[in-house]
Amino acid sequence: MDIIIIGLLLGGTYSLIAMGLNLQYGVARIMNLANGEMLVAGGFTAFWFYTAGNISPLLTIFIVAPLAFAINWLIYRIMLEPLVRRAKNRGQLEVDSILATFGMSFIAVGLMLAFFGGDYFNYSFLAVPVTLMGETYAQNRVVAFLAAVVICAILYAWITFSRPGLSLRALSVSPESARLVGINVRQRAAIAFALGGAITAVGGALISSFLTLDASAGVAFTLKALIIVIMGGVGDVRGTIIAALLLGVVETLVASLIDPGLTLAAAYALFILVLLFRPQGLFGRKPT
Amino acid sequence: MKMNRRTALKLGAASTAALAAPSIVVASDMVKIGAVAPKTGPLAGGATVTQWPNIALWANQVNAKGGLMVDGGQKMVEVIEYDDQTNPGETIKAVQRLATQDNADFIVAPYGTGLNIAAAPLFDRYNYPHLAVSAITDQIEDLSSQFGGMFFLLGSTTAFVQGVVDVLQGMQAEGSLTGNKVAMVNVADAFGIELATAARPLFEAAGFEIVYDTSYPLGTQDLSPVMKAAKAAEPNAFVAWSYPPDTFGLTEQAIIEDLQVEAYYTAVATCFPAFGGRFGAAANGILGAGGVNPDSDKFKAYAAAHMEVTGNAPDGWASATTYASLQVLEQSIAAVGMDREAVVEHVKASTFDTVLGDMNFNANNANERFWTVGQWQNGVYQGVAETGREGAKPVMVKQGWA
Repeated sequence: MDIIIIGLLLGGTYSLIAMGLNLQYGVARIMNLANGEMLVAGGFTAFWFYTAGNISPLLTIFIVAPLAFAINWLIYRIMLEPLVRRAKNRGQLEVDSILATFGMSFIAVGLMLAFFGGDYFNYSFLAVPVTLMGETYAQNRVVAFLAAVVICAILYAWITFSRPGLSLRALSVSPESARLVGINVRQRAAIAFALGGAITAVGGALISSFLTLDASAGVAFTLKALIIVIMGGVGDVRGTIIAALLLGVVETLVASLIDPGLTLAAAYALFILVLLFRPQGLFGRKPT
Repeated sequence: MKMNRRTALKLGAASTAALAAPSIVVASDMVKIGAVAPKTGPLAGGATVTQWPNIALWANQVNAKGGLMVDGGQKMVEVIEYDDQTNPGETIKAVQRLATQDNADFIVAPYGTGLNIAAAPLFDRYNYPHLAVSAITDQIEDLSSQFGGMFFLLGSTTAFVQGVVDVLQGMQAEGSLTGNKVAMVNVADAFGIELATAARPLFEAAGFEIVYDTSYPLGTQDLSPVMKAAKAAEPNAFVAWSYPPDTFGLTEQAIIEDLQVEAYYTAVATCFPAFGGRFGAAANGILGAGGVNPDSDKFKAYAAAHMEVTGNAPDGWASATTYASLQVLEQSIAAVGMDREAVVEHVKASTFDTVLGDMNFNANNANERFWTVGQWQNGVYQGVAETGREGAKPVMVKQGWA
């Protein structure tokens, strides 16, 4: 039982890592390889506020979110929109955006090195045990999990039931047709990208309360996010959540029952299985 | 002035893959010191604490004195820095570039065992003295016979593990370690695997029983299954051959799980000032890799200068040794001049006055007097086990996590 709970807690962390990329890739069609850097930047901000002003990361996220939203909106408008306009088809946009954001990730690492230095950073926030059903868990992980639940629930509800959410879904299904029914594709895509960046940065702020990060740590998160998004199905919020939880539980099961050394192998084995039997992802649509 | 320009370039340096050396004409009375180490990549965090600040500190101090003593005169030093992205291929390229394009007079050894070994053939080809600090290996004899100018300052894998075994045995003899059960984990990376492999027979020979033995991948995001299983094995001592992020992660989980052991050891980064800052009172009694004698006058003066010039405290292990390697270089140049082969011969044959005390090298180019284990004691990281250094403190028993 405790293995399942640890796995779900880890899965919550993973969904924070992957949710933003899902929006950016699934809706705005930008395969953002600088996603992990945005996460680390969010973590840095939380670290800075916590050490300088003793401000809880749970409050910092309300600063991080609008800031990251604005920055990502600008990034999309200035850097990525020319690529979108130039791209003749989805494949070309994918290649261009991968190259552009790969370069962007180096710039982001450089900027973070310049502003924060290359040192490891972490801090002690709610690093106390909490007892659930007779087993102990780290309180900061539980809090991050609850925050992940709230964020995912709001996002899912917004996308499923609201009108702007509907237009995002339309965009995700077919950008060309979306334009025909009066959706401002450029504006919506920018919003989706910015929202994705904001969620990633908020995830970083929460994760920084229990993981040790440094300026170069982002790429590991980008890879994990990529696996989860592909596994869950591109552009589907439910898929990302399920895939993240699944990955967390499988990794923890393997670590606890077999050997912690095999967690990576287990994660990639799961990834391969999904790709073999459901190449479009758990909740993905078959390409038409 | 030159240093300022370099600082201004750091942003660009960090963000570009392999930065091009600035193409200004450097006056010939400067001594060019090349430096290649990670500013990005997995080892960047460690190099930022241990490697780069000491190069900056040393260059700053040498220039403040009016320069290096060379052939009776003085020459200012200029440091040329490259980021190798923790990638051996980049390390090799940067050393090549320093040797052939920048015409560096000397090159500071890279950071990390693998990166040092990758660069060793090039140091050898261009006759650079290679004073390797952050490189712990049991291949010292092979490497130094193959590469005559390669020196080892921080010790060997076996000596390192033996230090830990000795500390635990000492605690047993004193009665503060009341059993012989050890839980051992390691990061699944060259460093962790080599140490764990060396540790198994040494622990057994010393009468310890390894009740839990596992590895975890580098970058594992949740170490709670590892710590839960280690706790379930009910060890008397916990030993982790860990890297910085997992040193922090394991310790946090140990606190959450309330791991009850009499000795708790984590390897790299335990001696970082950030570790003491992060865990505060809970760090008290935690054993870690390497040590220093923080009470020696030389170390105190060094730590104060480190703080003043770089804005941060040095770590409790390889920082001072990195600085000592530059002192060795400086003293050797003062004695025999800029001829690199003469410097190598001089380093082999001489004893140097460093921040760690006197330092010399054996027939295998290895420094035999180094710190193996340290411990957080009331907010200070103290050396507790060494192979010929003065000032080791008695080992404390780990008492809870409050």
